[in-house]
Amino acid sequence: MNEPEKEKIKALIFCVKSLCHRLPEPVNLMEVCGTHTVAIYRSGIKQILCHKTRLISGPGCPVCVTPNELVDKAIWYALQSHTIVATFGDMFKVPGSYSSLAEAKTKGGKVQLTYSPLEALELAKRNPEERVVFLGVGFETTAPLVASAILKAKEHNLSNFMVLCGHKTIPQALEKIANNPFLNLQGLILPGHVSCIIGKNPYEFLAQDCNLRGVISGFEPGDILESICLLYKQIVEGRCEIEVQYRRAVSPEGNQEALAVLERVFTSSDSEWRGLGIIANSGLSIREEFSNWDADLVYPAQIGKPIQHKGCICGAVITGLKEPEECSLFGDTCNPEHPVGPCMVSSEGTCGTHFLYQAREIENESPVHP
Amino acid sequence: MCLGVPAKVKKIEGEWGWLDVNQLLLKINLSLVPGVKIGDYVIIHAGFAIQKLSAEEGESTLELFKQILEIDEK
Ligand code: SF4
Repeated sequence: MNEPEKEKIKALIFCVKSLCHRLPEPVNLMEVCGTHTVAIYRSGIKQILCHKTRLISGPGCPVCVTPNELVDKAIWYALQSHTIVATFGDMFKVPGSYSSLAEAKTKGGKVQLTYSPLEALELAKRNPEERVVFLGVGFETTAPLVASAILKAKEHNLSNFMVLCGHKTIPQALEKIANNPFLNLQGLILPGHVSCIIGKNPYEFLAQDCNLRGVISGFEPGDILESICLLYKQIVEGRCEIEVQYRRAVSPEGNQEALAVLERVFTSSDSEWRGLGIIANSGLSIREEFSNWDADLVYPAQIGKPIQHKGCICGAVITGLKEPEECSLFGDTCNPEHPVGPCMVSSEGTCGTHFLYQAREIENESPVHP
Repeated sequence: MCLGVPAKVKKIEGEWGWLDVNQLLLKINLSLVPGVKIGDYVIIHAGFAIQKLSAEEGESTLELFKQILEIDEK
């Protein structure tokens, strides 16, 4: 970190502390996005905040909110002949009802990790005798990219590429969170990269109708500190607005090009979130025009009824109602090597983050203060 | 998973760009950021540039700091 940056961080820490003392009463703030959770732990921001602030991790880790059913389907595909499942690495170890894609691979299933949906498309081009099923998970950050891949598949008449679509959209889930009286939230740290795509406008209803303020934040320690300052300032001044801290990347109307691609390929539908249940219009389905690339229609998976993991309280962790440490399996039966629930698998899952940084604290490796 | 990395555009060919990501040159799809030019910074996610980065900011942090100092003095 160079001198001006250090000075900026010092100034921001001063602002945070000074405003925190002015808070009329203790506040609950939620960081919606898993990437923010990790950044908050890594930078030691939790230790800077005064006792009047509780930071709660929210449902913004796509891996963690994906229901077992989707994982079960992906595993079924991986075990079929002439079928390759292509997936982002994050989903590889996630347990479904009975096993994971990683276990399916050891049983001879074909699973290919890809960094981009375009890689999965290339895989399909190179292997015309195989079906390539791409596991489409993620929020508005990722969905337009998968939509682009579907558009390209159509353009090239590629019939052996298909998407198992589990995409979800953030604002609808936040409405459910905002209306949960047990959470009693005073502010949201809103996801920066989802907002690169959707912009600021789709969150305005939170402030207007749900009386919940929010700040769209970047991911550097300075960004997060500034976002917390902006939330404190609103609380102290009695305002309730949606603000953008991540101005270098987020405009009010978002990325129009990406939104157009998203809109072209997907239509909104009800979707099941782990821990939150079915939320109306919170999912994306592939439009009829592109049904030739919709795995659920072209080649439906034959799976049994999904079952939940006994003892796993992921649902309550995702919704901020419980801390991972309150789970009887945490750290013992459930750890990153042998995860029971998805929140332990994902690098952005709350349980995984708590486990990692708790272990570090035990090793006495003090967090790096910004 | 919504991780985005800032990167500088070095070369453009059609809808593809070669971008400097921590001194590695990566081939990235630019179709979602029309009008992007060599030298621009973008955020990349899963093989695509998802947004142009503007230089705006910095000043506003200072502004915030000043405002809070003012409240402090009251
Ligand atoms: S510790 Fe493991 S079992 Fe418990 S809630 Fe987290 S992921 Fe589920």
